[in-house]
Amino acid sequence: MHPASFQLKGPQSHMEPSLARYIWTHTKKQQLWILMIVVLSMIPYFMSFDLPKLIVNGPIQGGGFEQPGATQPFMRLHYNLPFIGEVQFFSGFQLDRKETLLALSLVFLLLVIINGLFKLYINTYKGRLGERMLRRIRFDLVDRVLRFPPIYFKRVKSAEVATMVKDEVEPLGGFIGDAFVQPVLLGGQALTAMLFIMVQNFWLGTIAAVIVAIQIVLIPRMRRRLIVLGRERQLTARALSGRVGEIVDGIGAVHVHDTSNYERADIAARLGLIFKIRFDLYQWKFMVKFLNNFLAQVTPFLFYMIGGYLVIQGRLDVGQLVAVIGAYKDLPGPMKELIDWDQARQDVQVKYQQVVEQFTVEGLIAPRIGALTIDDPDPMTNPLSAISLSMADDGGAMLLDRISLQVKPGETVALVSTATGGAEALAEAFARLNRPDSGRVASGADDLLELPEAVTGRRMSYASSDVFLFQASLRDNLLYGLKHAPLTSVPYDGAAADQHRWNIDEARRSGNPDLDIHSDWINYASAGATGPHDLFEAVRRVLDAVVLSRDILDLGLRSSADLTRHTELARRIVELRAALRTRLEHEGLSGLVVPFEPGAYNKEATIGQNLLFGAAAGPKLADKALAANPYFASVLRQAGLDRTLYEMGMEIAEQAIELFADLPPDHQFFQQLAFMSAEEIPAYETLLQRLKNRPHEAVSENDRAMIVTLSFAYIEPRHRFGLLSDELMSKIVAARNRFYENLPPELQNAIERYDPAKYIAAATVMDNVLFGRVGNNHPDAPDRIRTIVYEILDELGLYAELLDVGLDFNVGSGGRRLTGGQRQKLDVARALLKRPDFLILNRPLSALDQRMQDKVLRNVLEEARRDGHSPAIVWVVTNPAMGMMFDRVIVFDSGQLVEDGTHETLLAGNGIFKELLS
Amino acid sequence: MLLKDEVGMLQRVPLFSGIEPTKLKLLAFTSDRVSYSAGQILFRQGDEGDAAYVILSGRADILVDSDSGPIKVAELVPNSIVGEIAILCNSSRTATVRAASPLEVLRIRKDHFLRLMKEFPEMTIEMVRVLADRLSHTTADLIDARSAK
Repeated sequence: MHPASFQLKGPQSHMEPSLARYIWTHTKKQQLWILMIVVLSMIPYFMSFDLPKLIVNGPIQGGGFEQPGATQPFMRLHYNLPFIGEVQFFSGFQLDRKETLLALSLVFLLLVIINGLFKLYINTYKGRLGERMLRRIRFDLVDRVLRFPPIYFKRVKSAEVATMVKDEVEPLGGFIGDAFVQPVLLGGQALTAMLFIMVQNFWLGTIAAVIVAIQIVLIPRMRRRLIVLGRERQLTARALSGRVGEIVDGIGAVHVHDTSNYERADIAARLGLIFKIRFDLYQWKFMVKFLNNFLAQVTPFLFYMIGGYLVIQGRLDVGQLVAVIGAYKDLPGPMKELIDWDQARQDVQVKYQQVVEQFTVEGLIAPRIGALTIDDPDPMTNPLSAISLSMADDGGAMLLDRISLQVKPGETVALVSTATGGAEALAEAFARLNRPDSGRVASGADDLLELPEAVTGRRMSYASSDVFLFQASLRDNLLYGLKHAPLTSVPYDGAAADQHRWNIDEARRSGNPDLDIHSDWINYASAGATGPHDLFEAVRRVLDAVVLSRDILDLGLRSSADLTRHTELARRIVELRAALRTRLEHEGLSGLVVPFEPGAYNKEATIGQNLLFGAAAGPKLADKALAANPYFASVLRQAGLDRTLYEMGMEIAEQAIELFADLPPDHQFFQQLAFMSAEEIPAYETLLQRLKNRPHEAVSENDRAMIVTLSFAYIEPRHRFGLLSDELMSKIVAARNRFYENLPPELQNAIERYDPAKYIAAATVMDNVLFGRVGNNHPDAPDRIRTIVYEILDELGLYAELLDVGLDFNVGSGGRRLTGGQRQKLDVARALLKRPDFLILNRPLSALDQRMQDKVLRNVLEEARRDGHSPAIVWVVTNPAMGMMFDRVIVFDSGQLVEDGTHETLLAGNGIFKELLS
Repeated sequence: MLLKDEVGMLQRVPLFSGIEPTKLKLLAFTSDRVSYSAGQILFRQGDEGDAAYVILSGRADILVDSDSGPIKVAELVPNSIVGEIAILCNSSRTATVRAASPLEVLRIRKDHFLRLMKEFPEMTIEMVRVLADRLSHTTADLIDARSAK
């Protein structure tokens, strides 16, 4: 199916308030089908009631077998038809007493199996029905979230919405399958059992009926309180998740203000309330349960007493009484479940209503605004205008007061604003982030709010100081603005094709769209590219424009490249390393980097690195696990290093403790201590006390590893304890070779050996290019080397590859792994990338210093107009002086447009602009 | 040169002479050992001051920019400290320092230096003494210069 055939549902301003009707509308056919199956299942169910009586009265008690050798027909089919009289279809088999017992028992077994199979089918069918409906409801809810008007989001906590979609509708799934089937099935069963009892004995039946009537009236009444409590539980739990979400989002504020204990108190109070409500619920629930059970058990008591009396009197035979009691065993079960069903119904109805109320919002965005559009819309060639536009904030204060202005295509406009000016509000109105209080924003003659997002989201772009990034890679965030529609259909084959077909079928059955998330959603054309291969050029240009490339390159250098994606780096690593050596020699800087050589000790690397001469992949040989690894320890022993390194570790421990023991654990000097963390110092202090003067042989394996580990972090030129001799160095190199000679198979994948001709996947790009260590005693060496590495990468045409590695960087939750400035730059880059007709920038670079803002501004104006493109740019500037770079400057003060003209004319006048500038 | 030798050198710097050896060892350990070849610049006049330097071996020139190019105003010998003023006053460097021979120095970062001053009042007092001493010298020089006119 072509993806475009998916259409959003027609405009629905409210959700169906009745759960029963919602379920019926969407599952009519399935509910009727399952009802039919249920009715069908009643036949063997009823038959299995009658059978015990036949078995007891017939073969067991000998009814019909009074004469020895007497036989009875089995499976005789005969009916009394009207007008025709008795018709015998099958005369049956003649069986004697024992054979009849066996045959009837087998029939009983058969009925048990048939009943079980019916149950299996019905339960599976119901379960699937429920899950589909749950999927539908959840999708409907999220779909509404996507269509809520902007103002709604100022009032709700995201965690509360999430918990409604995820948790609160969950019980609905379980109920939906049972919504209609359960009452019919259980009611049917109860009625069957009831009827059967009635037929056997009227009085016993009446007793059962009276008790059932009491249950039906009393129990639901008692359960009303349960429903009230259930609603309270739902609301308090939702508020709790809202608060937890707030704590997570505002954790900085919590720590800054020392309010963590206030938060603890708040959470504890909420949990206390929830506990109380839940405990009340339990108390009531078990109380009701007790009563219900009691009533159910009273009936057999009456049966035994009255029924027994009737048997003694001979008015009832034993078989009947057994059958009645047997049938009654099946009555309380369905009854109880029926009452449970009723409670579940009320419970989910309440939950559903609660959720529906929250999701029923005035002014929902019409579905056509967000409709999927594959083809790109025509450029916006009409001017953008505000017509008598008034905007107010949530509190009702005026931000803009009847402003009228027009921005022509291709015009660059700086919006300058005093503190209360309102220029930001205008930018937000153009971006449709806030709706006008009165007046309107328009594109030509069209109301801007009526244009589909397919137009405004592609032909306009917006960036502000308030940036939101998704927890994904830099690349995903940058390209996010291009993902409007699935543009390719992905070929699937084999099992994947079956899975894909299944996905589509199921999506449709639940009213979900079947858009393929694995399709290529990136609209290359709008970035001025033709496909994945040349998109990168566009990306690089916008990153250069916002001066973010260098940051991303740095990220790339510091991360390990995904070799399945960045093959070129690995392929040309030898060339790269050679180029770096040549360059360093050429510039007389060879001393800066000490290269790794398989047969030599590298003084600038740690002893651990010199021993391993490789990068640990996985935890087995990493960091602290190395000294404890049995194979590694055995290599050290054979090389005669175990005692030396142990003594060295002891010496280091002593020195470190002497130096650092008096310092508070948070002292910044601990950053310099590579051997141990501040927390480990006390442990090492006691260890040192214990091990001092103890012979090496008497030290346990664990303690030895603890001490030897310290020596692994040692770098002589940096730490200067004077512990490294030439002899030790050659022993270490020998141990290195021994380590690799007999490497056991289970460690083969735990280490990647340094090889001058091979790329090390587990190491960072920088380490791979350097293939050595930067000398410790050159203060500016890291910077100089980085610059040289960039130059070399550029010369070898690998600059783009490295930038691509940097783009893999995951920006973290909300982009928090980037600095504020980097986030803002990324947002501007994203807005630039889609080459819009109208670029709206709302104080987009406020986190940067003025010099950087000016630089980015100049770059962005240039980049936006590259290749003869001439978008209109509306930029709310943080500094009036920036107005110089624009065609036109508009000045706002107290919600009024006070000046409008070119920079020169405003400067020549004596208005606010000139005042702001001075 | 090992850590313990550096401690010996530091003890001979007047500024640090009053501090216990274990603290000096900590100072040495948390500082960077840096080498320069002749002609390399440690820092330039006008740069932001981010570290102080103790000369361990070799010599360095202190240069001040003038209209006729840089003028050498003083020479640094082992056991002298340079650059501490800029990190104390948060000001930029008042002179350029250039290695005059192969030079070994101990580079004490600004935040470490300030932290030490906070923690060891004896060091701060010594520092004040040295500064006061320099001021009185400068004042005396100024009076001499004025009266010589």
